[in-house]
Amino acid sequence: MSLTTHFPLCFLFSLFQMQFMLLFSRQGKLRLQKWYVPLSDKEKKKITRELVQTVLARKPKMCSFLEWRDLKIVYKRYASLYFCCAIEDQDNELITLEIIHRYVELLDKYFGSVCELDIIFNFEKAYFILDEFLLGGEAQETSKKNVLKAIEQADLLQEVRHRMKSK
Amino acid sequence: MPAPIRLRELIRTIRTARTQAEEREMIQKECAAIRSSFREEDNTYRCRNVAKLLYMHMLGYPAHFGQLECLKLIASQKFTDKRIGYLGAMLLLDERQDVHLLMTNCIKNDLNHSTQYVQGLALCTLGCMGSSEMCRDLAGEVEKLLKTSNSYLRKKAALCAVHVIRKVPELMEMFLPATKNLLSEKNHGVLHTSVVLLTEMCERSPDMLAHFRKLVPQLVRILKNLIMSGYSPEHDVSGISDPFLQVRILRLLRILGKSDDDSSEAMNDILAQVATNTETSKNVGNAILYETVLTIMDIKSESGLRVLAINILGRFLLNNDKNIRYVALTSLLKTVQTDHNAVQRHRSTIVDCLKDLDVSIKRRAMELSFALVNGNNIRGMMKELLYFLDSCDPEFKADCASGVFLAAEKYGTDSLTSLHVTAVLSCVLAGSYVRDDSVPNLIQLITNSVEMHAYTVQRLYKALLDDISQQPLVQVASWCIGEYGDLLVSGQCEEEEPIQDEVLDVLEGLLVSNLSTPVTRGYALTAIMKLSTRFSSVNRIKKVVSIYGSSIDVELQQRAVEYNALFKKYDHMRANPNPNIAVITIHASNSTEAEMTDFVFQAAVPKTFQLQLLSPSSNVVPALNQGTVTQVIRVLNPQKQQLRMRIKLTYTHKGSPVQDLAEVNNFPPQSWQ
Repeated sequence: MSLTTHFPLCFLFSLFQMQFMLLFSRQGKLRLQKWYVPLSDKEKKKITRELVQTVLARKPKMCSFLEWRDLKIVYKRYASLYFCCAIEDQDNELITLEIIHRYVELLDKYFGSVCELDIIFNFEKAYFILDEFLLGGEAQETSKKNVLKAIEQADLLQEVRHRMKSK
Repeated sequence: MPAPIRLRELIRTIRTARTQAEEREMIQKECAAIRSSFREEDNTYRCRNVAKLLYMHMLGYPAHFGQLECLKLIASQKFTDKRIGYLGAMLLLDERQDVHLLMTNCIKNDLNHSTQYVQGLALCTLGCMGSSEMCRDLAGEVEKLLKTSNSYLRKKAALCAVHVIRKVPELMEMFLPATKNLLSEKNHGVLHTSVVLLTEMCERSPDMLAHFRKLVPQLVRILKNLIMSGYSPEHDVSGISDPFLQVRILRLLRILGKSDDDSSEAMNDILAQVATNTETSKNVGNAILYETVLTIMDIKSESGLRVLAINILGRFLLNNDKNIRYVALTSLLKTVQTDHNAVQRHRSTIVDCLKDLDVSIKRRAMELSFALVNGNNIRGMMKELLYFLDSCDPEFKADCASGVFLAAEKYGTDSLTSLHVTAVLSCVLAGSYVRDDSVPNLIQLITNSVEMHAYTVQRLYKALLDDISQQPLVQVASWCIGEYGDLLVSGQCEEEEPIQDEVLDVLEGLLVSNLSTPVTRGYALTAIMKLSTRFSSVNRIKKVVSIYGSSIDVELQQRAVEYNALFKKYDHMRANPNPNIAVITIHASNSTEAEMTDFVFQAAVPKTFQLQLLSPSSNVVPALNQGTVTQVIRVLNPQKQQLRMRIKLTYTHKGSPVQDLAEVNNFPPQSWQ
């Protein structure tokens, strides 16, 4: 039985949307949070706390999907990190698993055999990579190569010491 | 002033903290340093400080004092600053913050920047968290970028447009011209995001949907190319070319084909092709198949294609991967109404899923099982579902019991009585929702199942000891105790049986409890009365009954008075009860809005019987169940034949005379044996 909660109306606007993605450790420590819907800090903390608890309570034999409030949660564990996405009712859970996997592959390629420590010490890079792969919760680029190329170029720009001029 | 410590060093330091308090102290110290650095308007280290703040924010500490600093970073000329600034904005500055709008101008400038990576940052931020006002202000810029030949920007602009449309649906029209040749793009990123944009527009506007139907052939072609093309290293996932794009196209086709015969026909072949040729060994292939099935079921596909889709789901059910089984059950649940027979073929596999370890799978299997119950499979299904009800987690019990009860009501037959009694009992004992008006039905069901009387009364009695708040349960239990009380105390039950006084305690408890409704009290009192012929503690019962003779509840009072009369006038029958005489009390009630006047009850019995009707309590049956008419019938049955009765009711209702005839054949065997 699902709990009735009072969610802001924005949650009801579209049929296919990733609402948020969370990365957290086995001890429940948050390593990345990407929200694609506007919520107060308080609400985000509450959702994070509850969802982390729910996912960590799942047994290994259980499937990667669970119903939580009005949303579908797709999660997968890679080594010591849980990757957790909230999608809407009409969304395809199986392809969301592929989205998660693609993100992990990108991190892996970028950091060279990625581990949790990489994400901890370079969290801003993890966000940059995510933002080159997804935009507004949807995949903007389906080629691994192109995402990594863009990140590489952007990283190079950071090294440029002189000021850039705008148009 | 020494340079602020680097981000990585701070992270390292904080991680050495051994307690929460120690961590908090470190954080507070660093925040103080960052605050003073902000106050000094330090441009050099602003980026570093904000990055550190973002790290601390992730740990759960407040970081709002860094909001304006993010804006300053965004306005900076350095790419490093902008990158962190925009990240900070996305983490700290959602549309609920007042300063949010101050970003608008910066974003506008950056959307026109000479470096595409800066433009990209702006598009990403706008598309992720832009407020309605910002979207209104900047929609024009996004539309411009949607028409650029730079595919890096075009794909981002498309998704940004999706966000704009979600926030300000009225702006959808302005993006229409730019969509003209989006699908001619070779770049997969642009194709993918374009399909997402088109999908959003079609979902929101029937006009757009009609307009874009002409794209079906083009979409079909693109999908076909993806399937037929050889290995493309750039987009390959386990042998499948760009599964993300395939899924999105399938989804758009679904929306376009729904309720449209021509479109559905145009996509029929490609759907069949995808359904039969997609590799199923890995999740990625199954993701595409899943989307294909959803599309086939939603559009106007021919029956062969539908059967193909359901069979795919049937195979999914047998997949080792529980994720696949889960989506299969979800999809089957959606199609069970429209394609009932096709889904029935997979019933046994579905029922097997009731035993799955995963809670989500179990729930879906349960829902689907109930949807599949029909007159033909009720016996087998009921067995499985009762077993499930018995062994399932508490969170399922209410829903399962409800489903079992409904199934029994809908498809039950006489030959399945004992199965149904078990079903019914399980429901009632699970405390699930059982409608009040089904209490007589439950009682009827129990009556008919003779061999289960002892078991039934024992279980119900036990249930009453735990909880007397559920009125339907209490009513059925009271009736059973009154009727089969002798079985309850006689040693026919396996477990330790109660003694008479304990049983009477329980029933009297119901009479005085404020959880009991008046109807329940009526049941309890009658049950107590009936036990006067089954129990030996007659005096105690007499006392209880006489007390209620002055109850303020009129219904109870009436019953009590009549039962008292039985004690007074017919007590001689009690001492040497003529085994050939059955005493039957009828209670007539009226749930309609108007009272029934001139109420007359008549009965006729077969020749070997003799009937005596005593005077009724009244010949007016009040409306809305506000009271009953009772009448005692004595039946002499010297030949001990099965009692049968023809009854005739006559009364006046709303000014017109009414006559009702019926046969009563289901008197409990004790009444004539």
